[in-house]
Amino acid sequence: MTETGPFRLPRGGRLIDRAYQLPFRFDGRQMRGLLGDTLASALLANGQLMMGRSFKYHRPRGPIASGAEEPNALLGLGQGGRFEPNQRATTTPLVGGMVTTPQNCWPSLNADIGAVNNWLYRFFPAGFYYKTFMHPRPFWKHVFEPIIRRSAGLGKAPTEADPDRYEQAYAHVDVVVVGGGIAGLTAARDAARDGKSVWLVEQTPHFGGRTPTDHADGQARVDALLAELRGMANVTLRRSTQATGLYDHGYLLVRESLADHDPNAGIPRQRLWRIRAGHVVVASGALERPLSFAGNDVPGVILASAVRDYIDNYGVAPGRRIVIVTNNDDAYRTALVALDAGLEVPVVIDARSAAGGALPAAVRARGVRVLTGSAIAGIKGGQAVEAVKICAHSGSGQVTETVDADCVAMSGGWSPVVHLWSHCGGKLNWSDAQAMFAPDPNRPPTGADGKAMASCVGAAAGDLLVPALTGAQAESATMPVWVMPAHATRKMKFKMWLDFQNDVKVSDVELAAQEGYHSVEHTKRYTTLGMATDQGKVSNINGLAVLSNALNQPIPATGTTTFRPPYTPLTLGTIAGEARGEIFQPLRKTPMHGWHESHGAFFEPVGHWRRPYCYPKAGESHADAVAREIRAVRASVGTLDASTLGKIIVKGPDAGRFLDMMYTGMMSTLPVGKCRYGLICNENGFLSDDGVAARLSEDTWLVHTTTGGAERMHGHMEDWLQCEWWDWKVWTANVTEQWAQVAVVGPKARVLLERLGGQIDLSPEALPFMGWAEGEIAGIPARVYRISFSGELSFEVAVPANRGLELWEKLHEAGRDLNVTPYGTEAMHVMRAEKGFIMIGDETDGTVIPQDLGLNWAISKKKTDYIGKRAQERSHMTDPRRWKLVGLESVDGRVLPDGVYAVADGVNPNGQRNTQGRVTSTYMSPTLSKPIAMGLVLNGPERMGEVLEFPVAGQESYKARICDPVFYDKEGSRANG
Amino acid sequence: MLTLTCPYCGIAAEETELQPGGEAHLKRFGPGSTDEEFEAYLFARKNPKGVHFERWRHAYGCGKWFMAARDTATLQVFGTYSAQTPHPTPEIVAAIRAHRPDWQPDWTEATADTSAESLNA
Repeated sequence: MTETGPFRLPRGGRLIDRAYQLPFRFDGRQMRGLLGDTLASALLANGQLMMGRSFKYHRPRGPIASGAEEPNALLGLGQGGRFEPNQRATTTPLVGGMVTTPQNCWPSLNADIGAVNNWLYRFFPAGFYYKTFMHPRPFWKHVFEPIIRRSAGLGKAPTEADPDRYEQAYAHVDVVVVGGGIAGLTAARDAARDGKSVWLVEQTPHFGGRTPTDHADGQARVDALLAELRGMANVTLRRSTQATGLYDHGYLLVRESLADHDPNAGIPRQRLWRIRAGHVVVASGALERPLSFAGNDVPGVILASAVRDYIDNYGVAPGRRIVIVTNNDDAYRTALVALDAGLEVPVVIDARSAAGGALPAAVRARGVRVLTGSAIAGIKGGQAVEAVKICAHSGSGQVTETVDADCVAMSGGWSPVVHLWSHCGGKLNWSDAQAMFAPDPNRPPTGADGKAMASCVGAAAGDLLVPALTGAQAESATMPVWVMPAHATRKMKFKMWLDFQNDVKVSDVELAAQEGYHSVEHTKRYTTLGMATDQGKVSNINGLAVLSNALNQPIPATGTTTFRPPYTPLTLGTIAGEARGEIFQPLRKTPMHGWHESHGAFFEPVGHWRRPYCYPKAGESHADAVAREIRAVRASVGTLDASTLGKIIVKGPDAGRFLDMMYTGMMSTLPVGKCRYGLICNENGFLSDDGVAARLSEDTWLVHTTTGGAERMHGHMEDWLQCEWWDWKVWTANVTEQWAQVAVVGPKARVLLERLGGQIDLSPEALPFMGWAEGEIAGIPARVYRISFSGELSFEVAVPANRGLELWEKLHEAGRDLNVTPYGTEAMHVMRAEKGFIMIGDETDGTVIPQDLGLNWAISKKKTDYIGKRAQERSHMTDPRRWKLVGLESVDGRVLPDGVYAVADGVNPNGQRNTQGRVTSTYMSPTLSKPIAMGLVLNGPERMGEVLEFPVAGQESYKARICDPVFYDKEGSRANG
Repeated sequence: MLTLTCPYCGIAAEETELQPGGEAHLKRFGPGSTDEEFEAYLFARKNPKGVHFERWRHAYGCGKWFMAARDTATLQVFGTYSAQTPHPTPEIVAAIRAHRPDWQPDWTEATADTSAESLNA
């Protein structure tokens, strides 16, 4: 018995199995608990009342609750990648071999240096940081903030990757009942009897909620309901499953714990259910409130309901001499449970002037002294309760009596758990009679049909006793007590904790009110009330009641802060689910991807594609590889995998008319068999995509887009076709992945292709520049487009995707003696820049129009309309001072950094240098053996030869001369082969 | 997160399957329009608290654009309908009026008559 701790009771504990002892470690010490224990109950059984320290003052902290609302008993769990900070000991089931560490203390839990803050509490009032560290200003960034940051933060983030597995699943359910107490079980049964599909989710590992502990025959009532539910095929019961948030249209997020803290289970640790619920029944019960008396944060002061949970559920005595302090009848249950367990209850302190109900009578009958109209004036003890000082509640704290005790069971009344109800817009009413905010059934959260998507039952609805289901007798009214005693002195209020984790006291909230913080949302942020990891579950109502009193207004006038999901913290791993590592997102690979891999390609992401950036040989740097690839292409022949280029078929009687609207240029006049370069703008006039269109037949065009633009451009076309010109007869199809495409580029391109054989005449006469032909190459059906993005003789060969690798390999086999060289995207980029060709995303950034880039030749003057035309007529678009595309020649041989700005004379209103241009593309050109760049410059085309200055922090300014953007083969003769 | 039923394929689609397209039933102004008309077409969007008409595309489904009538405050969906209509259909208007009797369309019946039906064919 004593092996699981000196505070384990000889009898009782309905949730533990005394046959199974589990070893675990806390703060370096070996302890034992029982199967069914939570970490908190196991620690309490071992006499470990102190489990952590508070955030601001590092005050000793023991558990005050037994469930999800616990603000104090937060531990670091596990080791290495499985380490998790801030885990609530009260909701963590004990697992054999667990390693746990206390937080927020150094060097040890018992002797913590930060506790010195505790002696300075008068100097750390609400808003301390805001008030103290204002001046001098630079001190904030360089002195105050680093120091505060070092001592701030609760718990430590794990430093290794989480080795556990998580999964997500979807469900569509007619009715989801949240909460497996007696009200939830009943609601689930009723819905199931109506033939609906029903889920019941319960956050703890046990159904029944408080009923088995609090009501006679409670367990039998719960068991009967469970038996019926388990026999219904349309009911799903899930324990250890937390509904964390309710969102629009009945979208409910639910976290199911499958193998928490059991790394050997071989199954995912947690599962995140994404449920579309027809209706959500909120049966989440109520939470007990603390009382605000001086010393209410000393370890051993525990919520009355939690005290009886530890005794009844786990057979653990939180203390041996338990004083009860209350403003309601319910706390008397704790006295009875304690007495039944053989513990002492020296006195019940009841703030009410009378306690005449059945429960107080039962307690009196057991010989317990009940002091009505009384209050706690203070607690004797630092790391644990030693004695309780009693006073009259109506007074200012004159001590009338001191009673020895090692535990105080406090109850300030109950607050319904309305979080899910409120997440999506459900409204609350304040009930003076019950001193609580309860859901207003007339103002529910509504769904897609405009009807209520949630309803509350049981304690969550404000029906705390649920007498219809529990058989409980009526109890006397709760008396609101927000400060105890009623006229407590200022000094006492410095010791009355509202938020136990963040050290927010009654005095702090009153100070905030005095300083003008009248909104509850402002007060929350100023004092940090309710901003702890429990998100104000135990502190909010008490805090806003104190604020209301300080502002001399009724509580509903103050209102609550916003309830936001999640109800309890969600592990990031659960939110990520399986989307991590290699399957974070789908990868798109071309048919030649494997070849690239086996030939040492270094890949870069382009959208979801992976494209070879270059093919470095052994010992070769990427820059060297790119230079080699370019020289090989310019000297002989190279191949580029261009399969990722977007390919969209546009077909129909109105296809030409439609493309004339899509492109700035004229596409309808393109002859069959020809290609034309085109620009696509958005309705704002800005350049969006570019590419070559080929007319396949009288009514069919094949449109090429950029690699990243295929889906976007297809969507753009469909948008206009479906929503604006829906009577035009045009069909589009995105065939990007149906074709593998290889650019065969270089002076020997024709020689190489002709070696493969086929019926396509590749001669300049039969297939001139900007022409295309169809036929067979190397026995593979193919289309050949004579288009060039490098300035060289170039054929882009498209074949069915499943023949792409075959074509690619044949090219490399046939061209060995020509030094045929695979080249990557970087070589492609450099070669296009050498030719002054623009690149969407480099020269364009969503603010650039074609006219800025000298592309007026690609804009039809004849067309009356195209997408973007009207916008390009706006005054700012026609402003001659728009920056225009030019080439930039480095003056000192250094490659210009990408994106740098050219400065002009003078400074702007912020004291920064005025600018007159910026670099959009910049490379070292292996062809020309010098740096090349392009940029947008004020009046650039008229300023040829001028030198611009580009300052870069920490370096000598770069200087570059404005020049023509075409650096190589200005006549364009090479493309003609 | 919304669910909207695609009127083309009939699937009640999650918001993550859909691409939003902003305000529905904009009249396009092109070359020849005044600066004021074009500015209003490009930038001036309604932002009502209440009934609103929006464009959505069933992007990860059938690919079709459609229209949705919903309440921006309560997120109630009055209906989804074809994108190929210059104004909300009479059925949609009736569905809105059933829940919001005081709501008034801000287009005139005369223009609404340039009918969806003929264009829809």
